[in-house]
Amino acid sequence: MIECEKINKIYKNGDVETLGVKEVSFKINNGEFVAIMGPSGSGKSTLMHILGALDSPTSGTYKLDGQDVSKLSDDELADVRKNKIGFIFQSFNLLSRATVLRNVMLPLVYAGIPQLEREEKAEQALIATDLSKDRWHHLSNQLSGGQMQRVAIARALVNNPALILADEPTGNLDTKTGEIVLSTFQELNREYHHTVVLITHELYVAEHADRIIHIQDGLILKDEKNPKKRVINNHLV
Amino acid sequence: MKISDLLQETYSSLTVNKMRSGLTILGIVIGIGSVIAMVSIGQGAQNSIESSIQSIGSNLVLVMPGAQRGAGVQVSAGRGSAQTLTQEDADAIIKEVTLAKAVAPEISRRYQVTARGTNTNVSVVGTVAAYPEVRNIEVDEGSFISDQNVQSLSRVAVLGPTTRDDLFGEGAEAIGQTVRINKVDFKIIGITKVKGGTGFGSQDDMVFVPLSTAQRFLAGDTYVTTISVGAQDQNSMADIQQQISDLLLERRHITDPQLADFSVLNQADIAATASSVTNTLTILLGAIAGISLIVGGIGIMNMMLTTVTERTREIGLRKAIGAKKKDISAQFLTESVMLTFLGGIIGIIFGWLAAWGVTQFAGITTQVSLLSITLAVGVSATIGIVFGYYPARRAASLNPIEALRYE
Repeated sequence: MIECEKINKIYKNGDVETLGVKEVSFKINNGEFVAIMGPSGSGKSTLMHILGALDSPTSGTYKLDGQDVSKLSDDELADVRKNKIGFIFQSFNLLSRATVLRNVMLPLVYAGIPQLEREEKAEQALIATDLSKDRWHHLSNQLSGGQMQRVAIARALVNNPALILADEPTGNLDTKTGEIVLSTFQELNREYHHTVVLITHELYVAEHADRIIHIQDGLILKDEKNPKKRVINNHLV
Repeated sequence: MKISDLLQETYSSLTVNKMRSGLTILGIVIGIGSVIAMVSIGQGAQNSIESSIQSIGSNLVLVMPGAQRGAGVQVSAGRGSAQTLTQEDADAIIKEVTLAKAVAPEISRRYQVTARGTNTNVSVVGTVAAYPEVRNIEVDEGSFISDQNVQSLSRVAVLGPTTRDDLFGEGAEAIGQTVRINKVDFKIIGITKVKGGTGFGSQDDMVFVPLSTAQRFLAGDTYVTTISVGAQDQNSMADIQQQISDLLLERRHITDPQLADFSVLNQADIAATASSVTNTLTILLGAIAGISLIVGGIGIMNMMLTTVTERTREIGLRKAIGAKKKDISAQFLTESVMLTFLGGIIGIIFGWLAAWGVTQFAGITTQVSLLSITLAVGVSATIGIVFGYYPARRAASLNPIEALRYE
């Protein structure tokens, strides 16, 4: 469960203050699939950094899974990211000369999971993302964009996080591959009950979620249930 | 992060760019290798000089003509040409200095020595029967010069083994043959045993003749160039030195020891001086090689900084999935230490081979000591830590948000 209360983020660069987000409050329940949508400069990236425990808010409280993470040190934030958050980025950020399996196991290395268990968990995560088994031992730079993003999703899943945070996951993919990736999120949400937060600037992408939070100029404009959810059956694409 | 994971990460990131890692390691290999090789040459020189000083005799006190000077000057200047010591001084020492076990005055100069058409330039030493005892010389064949030979001005000679080889061929029978020194014929009565030692100080490349004969036929006067005095033991050496100084000063009616026209040295002083010279040599060689080690270290730092920049996004990702500062810095530090460690190991092997090659092909004694190896390994690991610390810290302190955005 995510609880944000009156979160403010102000960036200081010398004497110039830039507003990131202002008085943002919302709740996301476990098992929800939420899209945070806004144009560039709206503060959605700032919100993503705070939700992802990459940054702390200037004021306000952010509770993740019952733990207040708004006033933690760098190393404590690293622990939160390690145990509770799975990231998916626009540019995949895979280790290019490592195999798919090794990429997926990377978070488990920092989590201190024993070697044998790592492989087992990585395989489960890869199965959940529908990446065909013959790709598992390929180097990640030998894969297509869609496959890479699914490896990244598997990496985000592998340590069973409380929150999966996807930042423009379809930004580097063509529409069709993007659909497959989005349907993977829907499946993870539906089948495995993962909490997914999707950050995007495209309404079309956001419409794959159950709920859309519109953000502009650092303020929440609208927070509503998605009336016309797009559902794609992964196996038909 | 476990050690095994750390090593695996290090292995895979070093093998990604084999060429670059290899060249960086090469810098350290050259550094460590040259330190090992240079120090081994220095220590080899030290050992061979020390052993050749030991070989001139144990518990030895040398009286030499010339002003009282520091031992170092004496060693480098060789025997002075000043003629202030005489046969009478030697006789007085024999009579008065009771602690002396044996006293051997000598007169030496280099002459061209010929035999049956071959010739060689060697040091010809005119001396007495006590010489072998004082100077640790043993006779291999025949006999050494006797008191009888000295008294009767015999024209006999004892050859060092090298001189014998030069004149008559290796291992040839030389006793009974004749050599000609300064137009005077000498009959060979003995050959000394091989003592080893190289260069001008070689005890094997010498001709010994009776002192009286040398004074009469070769030098034409009664001066001596050195008086070697053998002490009973190490403890009496200082006393002997003092007694000889006092005696000779008294004989010359000199009251101020600063004005003495002779010098009394003991073997320990000579050895100390020589080893201080070779120590300096070792340090100098090591320091020159050390510069290349520093250059190698800078190479490591250069590579690590490039790597950190190249892998900024990877660092950002690792931080995003939960790596702490210490995980990141440990990873980069392990990489640089691994580079220097590998370089150190290969460098030791190369340095050893180089030292061996120098001994084989240049004939210079070398000695690779455990100390220099331990030092090299320690230094290379330290270089890895020192030159890897800054890049590792830089990597660890990257902001994950900015690192992930880095293009």
